[in-house]
Amino acid sequence: MLLWDLTGAGKSTLASVIAGKEEYEVEKGEIILEGEDIEDLAAEERAHKGIFLSFQYPVEIPGVSVTNFIKTAINANRKAKGLEDMPAKDMLKMIKEKAEMLEIDRKFLSRSLNEGFSRGEKKRNEIFQLAMLEPKLAILDETDSRLDIDALRIVANGVNKLKSKDNAVIVITHYQRLLDYIVPISFMFYTMVKL
Amino acid sequence: MDLKEKLVTSFLAFENDIDMDSPLHDIRSEAIKTFETVGFPSKKEEDWKYTSLKSILKEDYSVFPRQENALEYKDVKKYFLHDIDTYKIVFIDGKYSSHLSQTTHDGIDVCLMSSALNKPKYRLIIENYFNKVATKDSLASLNTAFSNEGAYIHIPKNKMVEKPIQILHFSTGNEAALLLQPRNLIVVDENSHVQIIERHQSLTDNPVLTNSVTEIFGNKRAIVDYYKIQNDNGNASLIDNTFINQKDQSHCSVHTFSFGGKLIRNNLNFYQNGERIDSTMKGITIIGEKQHVDHNTLVHHIEPNCESHQDYKGIYGDSATGVFNGKVVVNKEAQKTNAFQANNNILVSDKASINTKPQLEIFADDVKCSHGCTIGQLDESAMFYMRSRGIPEKEAKALLMFAFSNNVLSSVKIPELKQRITKLIANKLGVNLGFDL
Repeated sequence: MLLWDLTGAGKSTLASVIAGKEEYEVEKGEIILEGEDIEDLAAEERAHKGIFLSFQYPVEIPGVSVTNFIKTAINANRKAKGLEDMPAKDMLKMIKEKAEMLEIDRKFLSRSLNEGFSRGEKKRNEIFQLAMLEPKLAILDETDSRLDIDALRIVANGVNKLKSKDNAVIVITHYQRLLDYIVPISFMFYTMVKL
Repeated sequence: MDLKEKLVTSFLAFENDIDMDSPLHDIRSEAIKTFETVGFPSKKEEDWKYTSLKSILKEDYSVFPRQENALEYKDVKKYFLHDIDTYKIVFIDGKYSSHLSQTTHDGIDVCLMSSALNKPKYRLIIENYFNKVATKDSLASLNTAFSNEGAYIHIPKNKMVEKPIQILHFSTGNEAALLLQPRNLIVVDENSHVQIIERHQSLTDNPVLTNSVTEIFGNKRAIVDYYKIQNDNGNASLIDNTFINQKDQSHCSVHTFSFGGKLIRNNLNFYQNGERIDSTMKGITIIGEKQHVDHNTLVHHIEPNCESHQDYKGIYGDSATGVFNGKVVVNKEAQKTNAFQANNNILVSDKASINTKPQLEIFADDVKCSHGCTIGQLDESAMFYMRSRGIPEKEAKALLMFAFSNNVLSSVKIPELKQRITKLIANKLGVNLGFDL
């Protein structure tokens, strides 16, 4: 699905609300995922149900490496599902596969999360996390903004590879060019959603 | 009888007991006089404005433990850094435990202060170094007056000590309340290198007050890495007075990890008596409940071309209180000094507080001195970011705090110790992160 509207319409707000940002209160309507109302769930519980938000402005967390962060996230999600921690060997294998798919350098993985990353690196890192976490619903909030064409191609290819019949992707964008790479199944103008 | 009176009257018995002819007799007598005159510090003194000793001085401490107590290694193993080979100097209720210790005289001296004070072969070192850098303030003087036991470490020149040295003090709780005054002397000669880990551990909830003095001498090109683990029980308090005298091109570092105890005061003093000296002071404080930790540091730049680095991180929860008072003095002669100081704090609760005060006294005109302190809360946007990836709130908080303290942890040079401290932090934060930073 594609979400397309003018700046200030509230696309990112909607995305944050779906992901569970606590500053917002939903006055009208429901958020239903696979028949379940998730309105009262905390952000991490929504993530456990399979919601993933690719941030427009990913937060820098000095001192936590990309690898340690994703390990912690994956094992937290597994724990929520009653599973044991992923064996280190499997984890490394998965990290290697996904990093290769997104043309991410290994050195990049040991850097502090988003700290000093270029815009392209930040966005690629978001898609890397998406690839690792394999959510049911991914919301890409302006993941294409201000990316050069190569970075855009890599990000779009990553998303295309992850798309399956079991998951859904909502793309928030201002630009048509992403559509050259990602073919949405349905368009939605955000103003219409508001009505 | 209050504690001061009790100590002053106990002094005579103490001196009678250990030999009036001791070369230390004059030093001790002088020290007890100083203590008698000035007494315990009070909040009226600028350096003690935010730390009151009142609540811990009211206990009826035994000054000399009446009996020798023993401990089984298996019962206290967890307090040792046991996964690597180390020298160990262990004390139980202030008395040396040969059973738990592993000392040496093979090329280096890693042994007891009491034997060093009494044996002629150590006399020269004692004469040259004992009480030579410790200040003559009330608490250090009190310790000097009763100084008799502790760690004695002498590394002659050109020795790279292969194993770290652990100094451990256990209190068994066999006394209703116990006052301990360990005295350590560490002399590291030219080109030598040593790593030392110090820990105080009370095994019950009975009140313990430790007033320790450690004198460290880093001679030319010596490297001394000192680590203090302060993770004691809720009724144990510690006043740590550490004095470091450095000569040309020596590198000395002290890392202080304060995770528990009722009241901790760290008086850490560096004196740079030479050129091209490097002094490092780093600390992580993570406390809660009503715990109190006070870091009082001094680095005195006396000669040119030296550096000092201070980096203290604090995380305060519940009603915990913290103090950081960092003084940097740069003498007129100490040109080209580089002095850095940082103190960053996170308050996790509304009731927690920190008083932080950088003090710079600079008399030279060609120096680089910087200082910065911050007090903040955990970054909400970072919290949401992590939670949106499925990391629960508690773990997300812990991860942020780990990240916050990481650059202090990363300079710990003993990997097993770094791992141990990472675990202590994880325990303290109540999480299992499943990895080491």
